[in-house]
Amino acid sequence: MKETQTLKNKAQNKDASVRITGSEAIVKCLLEENVKTVYGYPGGAIMPLYDEFYKYQDKIHHVLTRHEQGATHAAQGYARISGDVGVAIATSGPGATNLITGIADAQIDSTPLVCITGQVPSHLLGSDAFQETDIVGISTPVTKWNHQITKASEIPEVLAKAFYIAKSGRPGPVLIDITKDAQFEEFDFNYEKCKGIRSYKPVPKTDENSLVEAAKLINEAKKPLIVWGQGVILGKAEKEFKAVIEKTGIPSAWTILGVSAIPTSHPLNVGMVGMHGNYAPNVLTNECDVLIAIGMRFDDRVTGNLATYAKQAKIVHFEIDPAEVDKNVKTDVAVLGDAKDSLEKLLPLLKENTHAEWRQKFKDLYKIEFEKVIKNDLYPTKEGLTMGEVLKEINTQTKGEAAIVSDVGQHQMVACRYAEFNQTKSNITSGGLGTMGFGLPAAIGAKMAAPEREVISICGDGGYQMTIQELGTIFQQKAAVKVVVLNNDFLGMVRQWQQLFFDKRYASTEMVNPDFVAIAKGYYLNAKRVSKREELADAVAEMVASKEPYFLEVCVEKEDNVFPMIPSGATVSDIRLE
Amino acid sequence: MDKEIKHFTVSIYTENNIGLLNRISAIFQRRHINVESLNTSRSEIEGVSRFTLVVDITEDQMKKIIGQLERQVEVIKAYYHTDEETIYQISAMFKIKSDLLFEERQIQNIIKESNARIVTVNKEFFVLEKSGRKQEIDLLYRELSAFGIMQFVRSGRIAVTKNQMEISKMLEAFQH
Repeated sequence: MKETQTLKNKAQNKDASVRITGSEAIVKCLLEENVKTVYGYPGGAIMPLYDEFYKYQDKIHHVLTRHEQGATHAAQGYARISGDVGVAIATSGPGATNLITGIADAQIDSTPLVCITGQVPSHLLGSDAFQETDIVGISTPVTKWNHQITKASEIPEVLAKAFYIAKSGRPGPVLIDITKDAQFEEFDFNYEKCKGIRSYKPVPKTDENSLVEAAKLINEAKKPLIVWGQGVILGKAEKEFKAVIEKTGIPSAWTILGVSAIPTSHPLNVGMVGMHGNYAPNVLTNECDVLIAIGMRFDDRVTGNLATYAKQAKIVHFEIDPAEVDKNVKTDVAVLGDAKDSLEKLLPLLKENTHAEWRQKFKDLYKIEFEKVIKNDLYPTKEGLTMGEVLKEINTQTKGEAAIVSDVGQHQMVACRYAEFNQTKSNITSGGLGTMGFGLPAAIGAKMAAPEREVISICGDGGYQMTIQELGTIFQQKAAVKVVVLNNDFLGMVRQWQQLFFDKRYASTEMVNPDFVAIAKGYYLNAKRVSKREELADAVAEMVASKEPYFLEVCVEKEDNVFPMIPSGATVSDIRLE
Repeated sequence: MDKEIKHFTVSIYTENNIGLLNRISAIFQRRHINVESLNTSRSEIEGVSRFTLVVDITEDQMKKIIGQLERQVEVIKAYYHTDEETIYQISAMFKIKSDLLFEERQIQNIIKESNARIVTVNKEFFVLEKSGRKQEIDLLYRELSAFGIMQFVRSGRIAVTKNQMEISKMLEAFQH
């Protein structure tokens, strides 16, 4: 009976199928997955697919970046602001290896990507053919899943799996390598979305008892602290999260990827944890009695020395990935599952509270941080411009509605500390991998995914030059990205460490920079440079008002440091203010 | 946390796919862990492969690695066990000059006592096969090496557990 049914289904499917080439099938799969924009760079082994992009150009927008690394970061920016899967395409060999940095970044920051690479024809595999590289082998440690296709008939099922794996559970990058002969081969195409894979369980089942135990610890806590991460955003749990903190009155701090899940101005938002986080949540991590971690993974930049991290506290960990539980910090209660679902079920078990006295401690410590650090950053009295005052000006003029895409380094810490956000998915930065060069291309992807939003890329003069060629993509796509370079003519974060820990031996951190405004103008972008405080507000206003892409270089103080700071491997509560 | 280095047998049930060996070994490699022995075979379930690895690490490390193994899309389930919890065997082959079999009486005694099996004999050489614990094979190696071994090879450990592993039931549940 079952067998006849299957045969019947097969026969029906056959009727529904059409005979097309593998490369056309790839485009049809992308359309089935509702992909409208892809980022990539053509080359020999992927040419059949590009020929189809030419035919389907009214349905799918291929964005030619200037380097494959730019394609992955743009796809990441696209995914991070939209919550959809980003798609990057490259040819075999160097095209494929150039994707690796972006893939590694997406893996550690849980960004859903599908990367498609061309490969030499299957009869040449393993023969050191022109532009052959074992990209499946190379990408294995930095992908959630990868697979090589050598027959056109595999394309629909494998691509359906790729999208399913990339976006389900804890998201991540998937790489599909497709030989050139498979792209040319004709077969009967039929697409079915992937609904499950027997060996893969994207969301672990939530144990009801763990929720009860977690609620008990939270309800009994006198000095609870919540630390939330990107899991709240990836799990679309912002509303449930807000309900939980508002009911319990628990002060809540964020990791660098968690920010913007609730508005910056929320009274229970007590700032960032970690190396350059805020003073209060770092110090009070070692005073709280229950630490509730939600969708975060206790990265070493968050915890500092694990041996002295929150040892006095009971740890409750809400987490979708079982491998993260007890990986770095031993938990007392682990609640496995999806953040939205878990927090929704947790809410009715929680008692109302305000924790007024405990919250006062955060306010008191904030005052200390304000006097020692924030005041000097945001309201400087010295001559040179600070990075902080640039952020403050951007906040004022965008009213917290902009998406901020930062690169990596001092400016990134300043951007994440001081940028104000009203809506979720607004802070796009490379957290786990710390990829310099991320900021500019990621902003392109973000702007294209959310053209209605103001997208401001904030870079340092170092990272900006790692992917500066993507100005060409901005110009060609007319993507109205606003690019701010905070130029201190140094690799500032490394210089800061050299100053503090290497007796000011500034080895290879000083940069002799080009005329950035001339370069931007060379790409036909509106561009301006400011170096005086009185010019800043007008320049930011001009940038924000622009309907076109705009480049703004701000020459800032050369040797400013980012504080507070927990030196690498130190105890969180030993955070330095100067 | 438990810092004692222990001898663990890791059993990993997986889909039978190209590249999975690479993915699994990378998880040990990135933590700078040496895999002492590795075997892959089919399992008791149709279409499901079974990896058996032996590593010397702490139990704390072992648990974290099991989590990272199970996180892989094509890994169905991973387990770790101590020697006491498993029945395990390895196999070895010795290629030896045939002359010795007739000239050296002692060799015949060694073969008899070790319970090794003669797989083949021809004019030039004979091949011994021995299954058992590593110590037994090491002992046989020492005894035979005095006479000269033309070739030696030892397999990875294979192991079954004393207690049930609920893998079949789990797979059934997946399919419904």
